[in-house]
Amino acid sequence: MAKVTESKTATACYHCGEPCKEKLIEAHDKAFCCEGCKSVYEILNNTGMCDYYSLTNHPGASQKFKVRADKFTFLDDDAIIKALIHYQDEEHTHVRFYLPQMHCSSCLWLLENLHRLNEGVVRSAVNFTRKEAEIIFKQKEVSLREVAELLTSVGYEPYISLQQLKGERPRIDRSKIYKLGVAGFCFANIMLMSFPEYLGIDAKEQNLTNLFRYLNLLLSLPVFFYSASEFYSSAWKSLKHRFLNIDAPIVLAVWVTFARSVVEILMGEGGGYLDSMSGIVFFMLVGRVLQDKTYEQLSFERDYTSYFPIAVTKLNGDDEQTVSLPDIQLDDTLLIHHQELIPADGIITRGKALIDYSFVTGESVPVEKQMGEMVYAGGRQMGGNIELLVVKEVAQSYLTQLWNRGSSATTIPDEERSFVHLLARYFTWVVFAIALSAAAYWWMNDSSLIWPSVTAVLIIACPCALLLSNTFTNGNIIRILGRNQFYLRHAQAIEDISKVNHLVFDKTGTLTTGRYAAIQYIGTDLDAEVWQQVAALARQSMHPMSRAIANFIKYTSKISVHSFEEYTGRGIEGVVADQIIKLGAKSFVTQGLQDFEEESVSAVYISINNKLVGHFKFQNEYRKDVPSMLKKLKRRFGISILSGDNAGEKNYLQDLLGWNAAILFNQKPNDKLTAIDTLQKHGQTVMMVGDGLNDAGALQQADVGVAVAEDTHAFTPASDVIIAASELPKLPAFIRLCKINRHIVMIAFVVSILYNIIGLSFAVQGVLSPMLAAILMPASSISIVLITYGLSQFYGWKLGMK
Amino acid sequence: MSVIIMLLIASISVAALFLGAFIWSVRSGQYEDEMSPPVRMLFDDQPSKKTT
Repeated sequence: MAKVTESKTATACYHCGEPCKEKLIEAHDKAFCCEGCKSVYEILNNTGMCDYYSLTNHPGASQKFKVRADKFTFLDDDAIIKALIHYQDEEHTHVRFYLPQMHCSSCLWLLENLHRLNEGVVRSAVNFTRKEAEIIFKQKEVSLREVAELLTSVGYEPYISLQQLKGERPRIDRSKIYKLGVAGFCFANIMLMSFPEYLGIDAKEQNLTNLFRYLNLLLSLPVFFYSASEFYSSAWKSLKHRFLNIDAPIVLAVWVTFARSVVEILMGEGGGYLDSMSGIVFFMLVGRVLQDKTYEQLSFERDYTSYFPIAVTKLNGDDEQTVSLPDIQLDDTLLIHHQELIPADGIITRGKALIDYSFVTGESVPVEKQMGEMVYAGGRQMGGNIELLVVKEVAQSYLTQLWNRGSSATTIPDEERSFVHLLARYFTWVVFAIALSAAAYWWMNDSSLIWPSVTAVLIIACPCALLLSNTFTNGNIIRILGRNQFYLRHAQAIEDISKVNHLVFDKTGTLTTGRYAAIQYIGTDLDAEVWQQVAALARQSMHPMSRAIANFIKYTSKISVHSFEEYTGRGIEGVVADQIIKLGAKSFVTQGLQDFEEESVSAVYISINNKLVGHFKFQNEYRKDVPSMLKKLKRRFGISILSGDNAGEKNYLQDLLGWNAAILFNQKPNDKLTAIDTLQKHGQTVMMVGDGLNDAGALQQADVGVAVAEDTHAFTPASDVIIAASELPKLPAFIRLCKINRHIVMIAFVVSILYNIIGLSFAVQGVLSPMLAAILMPASSISIVLITYGLSQFYGWKLGMK
Repeated sequence: MSVIIMLLIASISVAALFLGAFIWSVRSGQYEDEMSPPVRMLFDDQPSKKTT
């Protein structure tokens, strides 16, 4: 084994903070890891903007991967410009760019000082939450393309996808916030003006009492007609579907309260319960707003258009021309650069392709394709440039169809599956029963008390406490989970997660990082000199396995390789220091030499002068703590693994999960979907955890789909939950917290029932005073808020959450 | 009595003023980005044009 000592402490790059492993560039008394980082520093230094570096340490993003110089040529196209910008007048153009690299206060400062880098930029404003920058520039002085290139030159490459071309994003719905504001205003004032009524007012001041009552009535109108409309529409919708959701009895209670109060005030009998009514509406709206906290900056509903680039290079004879993606037609010839996505299914007409399909199929090893072979959309070209003859339009490509099939499997998310609706229904029947018996009793004894007692029962027994405890608990749990980078699409996901009893994992990209980290050499010991020769050969190839070997050996010397040959899908050979060295599949390196050992897919063999000396074993790098997480999970859940990759890791995983766990390899996207469907038919509630497009169908088929993302702002397939890859080991704790959610709701509900019993005991006697109602209502609401908040914080803390 | 009515009008109009301010602040998008404004106010306005 080659002994290579790694330098203990690599200097951190001044710009991006990454250790300068491969090379170290020293300039301006600073150390940089690559030319890219250095050039960003120089741009900033020349314009006197080095404050960038004093606000945060190492604020930049690594610039190791250069952006192709003509990448943004498509921004010269008028049609594309028109679709991207959202305002333009004689002088100024407004454009909004999504900049995923934005992450710290330095970024904010630099991006808002763009006008100092380029005179043409008038102003730029950053929305940090959404990672967007709104840039206003003078189109006569600087073009859109130049603005994008300016951003790229300082390390913030705008992410422009096809989705942006298709139209405006939906506007954020702020109506609930307005309703909340109005309800809060009215509630507080009604409370204030109810005090004279409760605390007693001189009989002489009867006029004043009436004034207060009518003012209350006036103030309650916006609450009743505007703020509470939130609940009316929801209740009406559920009734139309012949389903009684929790909002229906609440609406009933609000109406009864309002009706009785109006009658009392107009008849001059009393002040009514307007303060209780507006209080209930206010608190319930607070709960709704908290629960509906959505992660605006994350997109859960993505389609293939957000995955594709916006434009590609089309070849017209010798002319290069940029066309936007929907304009690609059959028989067009496209030029695909290194690291670009293949936008449509096609046939390679020039160049050698090395295509990374890991996102589409889950295979971790890039596939080599020769001229004349078919390549499918969605793969990423890793070698040099290739030319491609389009045989299918974008909308009909394999990838697009994969997506459409996935989405057709979805059922409309039913927001009314929650157990609180069921509970509310039982609760409503009980309340009706109590109201009826109270009415029957007073009908026999004192019929004048029927109206006050029945209305009081309906007012007091409104299941708002149940709704409150549910919405506040959900809201809290969502926020705790969000702080831990486990983002839920909606509150119903909490309950869905708590019911899960079977977990299905994808392998590549989910359990593993998708990189080869662990390489092991097995075979005869070789001299350091021979190792360098092997590395010299490996360096000749672009194949990731060769690159990994070259890195593994740490090539330091300069040895020339003669008659180098690369055989697609098999291996490489070359003459190094008068020895024929071969690297590759076993059958390739041992031509003629017979061996009966089983061939492993994740191994590369070496032969020197046709003599087999040993092989490298490649192991996927598992995410930190993931194996221990799987061990923890297998005690409580059924676990399956569905991988699109080869079976190289089967033994390891089987050992980890025990022999009864289903571990399937070489799974096509459709196989995954059917596997989940089969599990569900056997009565399992399935959570699918995956990352790639090949999981898209399975994620939607599963009861809960969890998308794993290295960067939560980057592209993920449509799902119910997005989890940051680094937080994946916390998954058991997240599931646990979702289960606890239900207990917290129940505890809070029981407490509120106690208040209800007190209130009801007065109500059935027909003696519920408005003051008692006014005390009970906020008391129960506030105690519910405190209980749910305290309990969820406590359990979150106990489970080790931030 | 008239004092109370005066106070009433004053208190409600002050409250209404705050409601108006709230609605305005939501409408103008002040709650959309809670990250940058607290950081932004700490930046110096235009530090010296050229540093070495």
